[in-house]
Amino acid sequence: MSTEKTYTPDLFEPIGQLDKRAEQLNRKQVGVWKDAWLRFKQNKGALLGLFLVLVIGLLAIFGPLINDYDWSSQNVTIKNQDTAVDGHYFGTDHAGRDLWQRVWYGAKVSLMIAFLAVFLDVIIGVTIGGISGYFGGRVDAVIQRFIEIIYSIPNLIIIILLIMLMEPGIWAIAISIAMTGWVPMSRIVRAQVLKLRSQEYVLAARTLGASHKRILLKHLIPNVIGPIIIAVTFSIPSAIFFEAFLSFIGLGLRPPEASLGVLISEGNGFMQLSPHNLIWPATVLSILMFAFNMIGDGLRDALDPRMKK
Amino acid sequence: MARYILKRFSLMIVTLLVIITATFFLMHSLPGTPLKNEEKLSPELRAQILEQYGLDKPAYVQYFKFVGHLVQGDLGKSLNYDGREVTDMLMQGFGPSLLIGSQALLFGVLIGLILGVLAALKRNTWLDSLATGASIMGVSIPSFVLAALLAYFVGVKLGWLPATGYDTYSATIMPSFALSFAVIAQISRYVRTEMVEVLEQDYMRTAKAKGINRFAILVRHALRNALIPAITVMGPLAVNIITGSLVVEGIFAIPGMGKMFVESILNNDYTVIMGTTIFYSVLIVVTLFIVDLLYGIIDPRIRITGAKE
Repeated sequence: MSTEKTYTPDLFEPIGQLDKRAEQLNRKQVGVWKDAWLRFKQNKGALLGLFLVLVIGLLAIFGPLINDYDWSSQNVTIKNQDTAVDGHYFGTDHAGRDLWQRVWYGAKVSLMIAFLAVFLDVIIGVTIGGISGYFGGRVDAVIQRFIEIIYSIPNLIIIILLIMLMEPGIWAIAISIAMTGWVPMSRIVRAQVLKLRSQEYVLAARTLGASHKRILLKHLIPNVIGPIIIAVTFSIPSAIFFEAFLSFIGLGLRPPEASLGVLISEGNGFMQLSPHNLIWPATVLSILMFAFNMIGDGLRDALDPRMKK
Repeated sequence: MARYILKRFSLMIVTLLVIITATFFLMHSLPGTPLKNEEKLSPELRAQILEQYGLDKPAYVQYFKFVGHLVQGDLGKSLNYDGREVTDMLMQGFGPSLLIGSQALLFGVLIGLILGVLAALKRNTWLDSLATGASIMGVSIPSFVLAALLAYFVGVKLGWLPATGYDTYSATIMPSFALSFAVIAQISRYVRTEMVEVLEQDYMRTAKAKGINRFAILVRHALRNALIPAITVMGPLAVNIITGSLVVEGIFAIPGMGKMFVESILNNDYTVIMGTTIFYSVLIVVTLFIVDLLYGIIDPRIRITGAKE
């Protein structure tokens, strides 16, 4: 038989706080963005991509200042020159326009369209995805049915039909590209918000009486920002592609305007005579697409380390 | 499973209805009429022509008439080519497009599969780098750029294969190859990721421990499981090939549907645009439907839960 022990408070002795040094962090704390950057930096491909985007971006802005021509002046005495003379670094096109100027001007226009399209993407996608994921229930069901239908219509068909409706121009192209681009964006945002809204800190905020708007803007969106950034980096090359594609089939910008798509399309027409008209813009386009894809890969690994395989 | 099929099927029908309706009304709100030399026509003659094609009736009357004919497989007559039936034109263009598209798909899937499996088996060797390189190139270089470059270098410069036309079988090789590039890229990337994951599974170790020969393990245990998710890319790939065919056919002067579609857009040939859009949509939507069903049949988890995530 065991003797029953009684525990009285005087048997216990408070030891107070332990030595605080044991709990101390020895290394400086690294924030989310710093952490992501450290991981991004290790990815050589992504760094190369970033470097290439910077180079092409700078050339698109400052390249035209380097020689003395402009992108639209014609000079029929020097048509289709494929060697670099008189500061025509890339030669001249079929109307004797300086190709160096046209390529960088075109790259600027293509990039502008891509950024504009992706900007619209994000605004529409985040709004609709956020609302759908946050409110759930019937709102979500209606939005999701709608999205399912849009999603199963081929992008290209939506884009072509929309662009036929509008006056051709930068905005028309950007808007038609954005009208299909927001769908994946909204899906990503919705999935994230659905996951996050059942987290304790959201419950806490709601208990404290925070409004829907505040919870969405202060708690949910900042946490969704990582996947949005990744999606943006992958949307840019796809927008660049669609711009080039539309211009190539004659639905985008029209000559004498220039974008990479217009230049490739024009170059294709004169390919047999002077392939350099095609090769230069095609190279710049491919490098841009490559670079943004590499950055996207790098960001995905950096911002969402769990995804890394 | 029956419920799943029914759900997917009704979604498909709704999608098609939306596409048909949207295409029709978009066409009608387009600026410009399909009449050639409109300014030269006298008002009476113009009215007579509009009446002949039923274009004088209000839009909704035209719509119901259009849907009524559509159900009977009648897509109307081309406005641009005097009185040619759109259905006939589609059938004529579909042959070359189908041949080139399926060659591209077959070749792309085969090469992509081999590259992906080899890359996963020989991780971090030159083979892996080659596969990665190929997939990056495939993503960065749009098919129409590749097509234009091929047409010039292989077709014109080297003269190995015909640069344009559709008279001999050899003329289909370059367009098919240009289209297959993106397929190789996507399939090899997908298969590699999946294979790497599958190879680390416990059942792989079990199979190895049982002493089954390497090739049998590879085919029966690894490849089979790795291919399940790869099937989902088939839908997007088909879309990809159709998108590419619009320009690639133009570049190689293939008398296919893609070329016809682009020409009809540039000519404001409403009936042909609508016919082709609907045909493409049916093709894609039905492909996606079949892929979803296949996926359901192969992966029992989807059959039971009735949805894929």
